[in-house]
Amino acid sequence: MLQNEEIEEPAIKPVKEIFQTFFKSYSAVTGLIILIGIAVMGFIGPLFYPTDPFDMVWMPFSPPGADGFLLGTDYLGRDILSQIINGARVSIAIGFSAALVSCFIGVGIGSFAGFYGGWVEEILMRITEFFQVLPTLLFAMVIVALFGSSVLSITLAIGAVSWASVARITRSEFLRIKELDFVLASRSSGSNNMALIFRVILPNAAAPIIVQSALLVGAAITFEAGLAFLGLSDPNVISWGQVIGSNRVYILDATYTVTFPGIAIFITVLAISLVGDGLNDALNPKLRSR
Amino acid sequence: MEDLVSINNLNIEARTRAGTLKVVNDLSFTIKKSETLCVVGESGCGKSVTALSLMSLLPEGILKVSSGDILFDNTNLAQLSEAELEGIRGNEISMIFQEPMTSLNPLFTVGEQVSEVIRRHKNLNKEKAWASTVDLLDAVKIPNPDKRAFDYPFQLSGGQRQRVMIAIALACQPKILIADEPTTALDVTIQAEILALINMLKQETGTAVMFITHDMAVVAQMADRVVVMHPGKKVEEGTVHEIFNNPQHEYTKSLLAAVPKLGEMASKKYPEPMRLVGEKETKALKPIVGTNEPLLQVNNLVTRYPVKGGVLRRTVARVHAVEDVSFTIMKGKTLSLVGESGCGKSTVGRSLIRLVEPTSGDVNLDGQNILSLTPKDMREARSNIQMVFQDPFSSLNPQRPLFDQVAEPLRNYGTVKREVLQEKIGDLFDRVKLPRSFMQRYPHQLSGGQRQRIAIARALALNPKLIIADEAVSALDVSVQAQVLNLMMELQVDLGLSFLFISHDMAVVERVSHDVGVMYLGRLVEIGPRQAIFRNPQHPYTQDLLKAVPIADPDKRKSERDLNFKPLPSPIHDLTHDPAPSEYKEVAKDHYVLTTDCGY
Repeated sequence: MLQNEEIEEPAIKPVKEIFQTFFKSYSAVTGLIILIGIAVMGFIGPLFYPTDPFDMVWMPFSPPGADGFLLGTDYLGRDILSQIINGARVSIAIGFSAALVSCFIGVGIGSFAGFYGGWVEEILMRITEFFQVLPTLLFAMVIVALFGSSVLSITLAIGAVSWASVARITRSEFLRIKELDFVLASRSSGSNNMALIFRVILPNAAAPIIVQSALLVGAAITFEAGLAFLGLSDPNVISWGQVIGSNRVYILDATYTVTFPGIAIFITVLAISLVGDGLNDALNPKLRSR
Repeated sequence: MEDLVSINNLNIEARTRAGTLKVVNDLSFTIKKSETLCVVGESGCGKSVTALSLMSLLPEGILKVSSGDILFDNTNLAQLSEAELEGIRGNEISMIFQEPMTSLNPLFTVGEQVSEVIRRHKNLNKEKAWASTVDLLDAVKIPNPDKRAFDYPFQLSGGQRQRVMIAIALACQPKILIADEPTTALDVTIQAEILALINMLKQETGTAVMFITHDMAVVAQMADRVVVMHPGKKVEEGTVHEIFNNPQHEYTKSLLAAVPKLGEMASKKYPEPMRLVGEKETKALKPIVGTNEPLLQVNNLVTRYPVKGGVLRRTVARVHAVEDVSFTIMKGKTLSLVGESGCGKSTVGRSLIRLVEPTSGDVNLDGQNILSLTPKDMREARSNIQMVFQDPFSSLNPQRPLFDQVAEPLRNYGTVKREVLQEKIGDLFDRVKLPRSFMQRYPHQLSGGQRQRIAIARALALNPKLIIADEAVSALDVSVQAQVLNLMMELQVDLGLSFLFISHDMAVVERVSHDVGVMYLGRLVEIGPRQAIFRNPQHPYTQDLLKAVPIADPDKRKSERDLNFKPLPSPIHDLTHDPAPSEYKEVAKDHYVLTTDCGY
């Protein structure tokens, strides 16, 4: 009993365990399947349903199911099903890349603030608070109005206004983890500050950051829809928000023209938050054993 | 005498993802009226679970009594309704827990928390309940109980909080008090006082005590009878004298062999490894002689932390963590620093490698003044001093395989080529006696002792001259602690290492050190060769500290009259405070005692 027990146990990678927990949750897997389905629809769908979403193919305001158009046509006689299929691509692309942008800014600012403390933290966190109290939609509108409404400027605008939450979470995780002994141990074995931030502390802070970023994807999709509703969307590509925005005047006469893209946004954001919840359970070691 | 509690063939199962697991296996024992039964065993042996089942407080859905019964006062607890159980809990059976910092509600005053229990079980009105609250706080020896009853938990020290917990537990004169490791989180001086208090209250009230601990020395202090548990089973039961003088089971023997006993090294000039049960009898235990060449010289080290306050975050006061401390560590020898928590011993260790920046002083390692180095040179110098930390669960990065963690210092300094790295790490794993197959594992797959071996391997990677072991074995079970201590001593012989051993455990310190320094409130009050300090302590604080240490021998019990400690004064002083330098008197060769005031 005083000897070392030498049980041949395979190395269990934490990452593998996280995947296992994630795939055990029905709601998370459902969310992931829906999300993959929507992405496949956006990227491969046009091959099977080649109607151009900008083409006026039929009479305006043809109700769903009539005349061979499953979801009907809009005020210019454009096929709404085709608009939803093609809009998925842009909505999802903007959602993910905007979340990525805010993740980069937030993690950068939060990790430096949390690690260095002192005046670095004071300055960085005051900047973060400035972005937190700013009316985000208004600020994004200003950016898009200044730089023109292209997909790129919309993505950057959404990313630039929504990183504050990531920064705050990153900072609080850094404040907690930097006090743990393994960070001190790593420092006393000669690691420099950059190695400590990016190789030692950040991987251990990743869990809540990933969850927050996943939720930001959903927020970014609704944000894009909001901008498009106000007319600030790239006129050269179609997105769900744009479909709602352009048909909003006819909401009482032809409800379906805004209902279907609205349902598409609703399902996507729901799927994303299911995935986010699943990630949260899988990444949180306290919940993992349940 | 009559049985108060009798546990018959108790089986408890835990439901985990991997299936059901037997936590307690066919356990039977009795507790008689007004006796103290100690349940002793290492972590995970099922002793706390047994106590919780006696309170019918097993976490639902996770732990379940699968068979067997628990009789309390001739009633079967399993047949009682929840309402009847609530009448018993806290009234006839009460419990105190390990962590006094979290077991009191921070939002209510301690008086409210004590009187709540009295009012619930005794139907007293507010005034009467408050009066008996004050009496209770007085009985557990809290000074000025009528005023302290209005304090919130954060205003009390750890020892006082544990006293309040005892007051709550004893509020209704229970028939049995269950104490689950009540002194493990406390300093040795406070532990001695709490143990004496429980003994005294037990004699006054006639309450039976079920005392759960992992510490054989505490068992020797407290027990009438002892139950020894080893993974879920009772391996031995007997009176305290039977267990200590004539243990029958192999496990009890190995447990007793692994406990360092204060005083057993008194006749030996040099430290030597412990003889553990199961090792070859022929294995020679060589004393570790060391050299008389100085490796590290510390002169007048001062470390103060700023306390910031106000709108502009200016420094408003300073924590005087280390005040004018000087010592020398010889090559191949071990210097131990002992003292209570908050005495600054850990800060000394961290100041030496500038994990915290010292305020002033001189640290000289092999002719190199460490405190005057530039950050770049400091990085080089750190490879000569490495640290092993207390908590093996937080000192390893949970996200990286063990190979990478041990290789980290080598990669940082780029001293070893990629091709030979694998072999070098393999050697380090051999050195700390871990199988090489562990290299790709992650920390969560290891036990506490194995993790601490990894921490030692990481410290050894750069061939340091000095290792600072900051409470490196305090978090480990005794048998594992003995193995790790032996490993450290072996490495000292083989590699000629020096150790700065920081610990609060006097018995462990006596086992490993050549020299000992005793710290109080940031000052070194006494320093000298180990035998001189333990045999002939000169400073009143050292004398009191040695008196407080429980000895793993039931014939050497202490009574409360031996003890008299003052609460630790605050080390926070305003900016103008300029303490006097420490002055020492050499009472014997190399044995120095502080003559100036240290606050004790």
